[in-house]
Amino acid sequence: MTANTTVKPPLAERPTLLGWLRKNLFNSWGNAILTVAAGWLTFVTLRGLLTWVFTEADWTVIQTNLRLILLGQYPIAEVWRIWVSMLLLAFLIGNSLSIWGKGKTSTRFTVGLMGLLFALAFVVSGPSRTWLLAMGAVLGAGWWLARGAGKAMRNVVGIGWVVWPPIFILLLRGFTPDEGFLPLVGTNLWGGLMLTFMLTIVGIVFSFPIGVLLALGRQSDLRIVRWFCITFIEVVRGVPLITILFMAQLMLPLFLPSGLTIDRVLRAMVGITLFSAAYLAENVRGGLQAIPKGQYEAAYALGLSNPLSMGLIILPQALRLIIPILVGQFIALFKDTALVAIVGLFDLVGIARTVLAQPAFLGTHREVYAFISLLYWVFSYAMSYVSIRLEDSLGVGKR
Amino acid sequence: MTADKTPIIIAKDVHKWFGDFHALRGVSMEVKQGEVIVIFGPSGSGKSTFIRTINHLEEHQQGDIVVDGIELSHDVRNIEKIREETGMVFQQFNLFPHLTVLQNISLAPIWVKKWDKPRAEAKAMELLKRVGIPEQANKYPGQLSGGQQQRVAIARALAMEPKIMLFDEPTSALDPEMIKEVLDAMIELAKTGMTMLVVTHEMGFARAVADRMFFFDKGEIVESGTPDEIFKAPKEARTKLFLSQILHH
Repeated sequence: MTANTTVKPPLAERPTLLGWLRKNLFNSWGNAILTVAAGWLTFVTLRGLLTWVFTEADWTVIQTNLRLILLGQYPIAEVWRIWVSMLLLAFLIGNSLSIWGKGKTSTRFTVGLMGLLFALAFVVSGPSRTWLLAMGAVLGAGWWLARGAGKAMRNVVGIGWVVWPPIFILLLRGFTPDEGFLPLVGTNLWGGLMLTFMLTIVGIVFSFPIGVLLALGRQSDLRIVRWFCITFIEVVRGVPLITILFMAQLMLPLFLPSGLTIDRVLRAMVGITLFSAAYLAENVRGGLQAIPKGQYEAAYALGLSNPLSMGLIILPQALRLIIPILVGQFIALFKDTALVAIVGLFDLVGIARTVLAQPAFLGTHREVYAFISLLYWVFSYAMSYVSIRLEDSLGVGKR
Repeated sequence: MTADKTPIIIAKDVHKWFGDFHALRGVSMEVKQGEVIVIFGPSGSGKSTFIRTINHLEEHQQGDIVVDGIELSHDVRNIEKIREETGMVFQQFNLFPHLTVLQNISLAPIWVKKWDKPRAEAKAMELLKRVGIPEQANKYPGQLSGGQQQRVAIARALAMEPKIMLFDEPTSALDPEMIKEVLDAMIELAKTGMTMLVVTHEMGFARAVADRMFFFDKGEIVESGTPDEIFKAPKEARTKLFLSQILHH
């Protein structure tokens, strides 16, 4: 549908390196001075950073604690479950990259991801290395297999993405109480990047439908429904996430009958979900308002009932419009989960603090925080990339 | 062309206010099955508002409207039933931009009439052939010209097999060279015996197929009659003035 024929400029204008430099960086005295100054500044900064990364920093802290940072205190005997989920995920990512990715960028991205996994494999040792290598291989295989796939394959991969999160959670948690095939692993043992993921996934999966319902409820003709939604949205939006998390961790037990306890991770998940849902509701409302009145009228004139008009005509258009905003919000949600460290959960940041408390690695703040920042960035950027591809393939802003 | 049957649309003393503005001041009209009615008049005269009250896109506040024996009331079931029997074509097309042409047309039969998909799509293709653009079936509305979009909109309304078709200024948003293709589709439809209420200033269309014409001004019907009566011997001064303005510019 989209014509992506890149038109080459005429020969005379085709850029040479020197020509490009002259045209863009040295086209006047002022610019030449700016270029030199900026170049010098970049050099100084980068030299400091690169020297630190490659010579001064002591990365053994990461190497030793990698499992802790990624998985928290998840029992070693059960770690294979995480790896299995990750293999599935890598396969899905590989499929998706070749189906929805864009030509060279898709290839580059796939190769980059594989490279990253293989590089990680060299840093770690033991069975993790095998698993990481397998992940890289599965990712590549998924990418290769889905090349030139038809519509049916797209649907299968789409369904795969919907089914993956519950599988992930179920696998990790297990379902047989003590012994058996998949023994329960208490959430008190969940931690690290895995916990951060878990909070994010649950937050996204549940806040999305709740947010949509709140947005629709806010426009409802039923007064009680409308007031409930408005009150919920305005109260939750008026409070910082951290206070909601504190409420969930410290206040909630006071209101519950003694003996009844709710899992701490679950409490954080509920808090994050409700918080995100309130914001999402307002974003969805913005999308709904952008749909012209004529769309409602055309739907009604065809005899579609109110719920059908919403579900078939209005919401699909409204949600498509706000994909960039939604993804922005989900990235923010991903990063905001770091706040659970303050209420005592061991997500990436929480784990980082325990690692720093180890006597052997005192004073390695820079290494640890640099590493977890890199992790946050990699996944945030991946989400952002997905968003852009999603917009492209849904034709946002084109029709 | 019209048999002496009971009217399919009965509007009696219909009033409508937008806040303080009295948009319809007691409009009464009876339309028999198979009649083609052209409604014209200056902008703001209430002609669009009137045909939009018939399928309850606008709510009338006083008077009675009965469509095919169904009284238009606040009852949602009645409203949806009337809407199933009346198709509507809008000035701005109002196609669904996220669906293909084929999906636009087959959507309502599938969800409202509960047809299975092959049947609805076969019907959609048949209608697309009728309006002359079967080759556009898998395109999105944004890829079509205005005239093509409006013909899809006609096909979409016809897919519900309505007894009545309402046209709200169907050619007003079109470039001149596209008006004819839409009018041709409408003329062809009129010849099949469809009951049609058309708000338009296309007097050529009125002359060709209208059974009766209604001139609206300031929320009232000023004059009505056959095209011959209206064009050759308009009785009211306001009708004369308006016709002279739109016919001799």
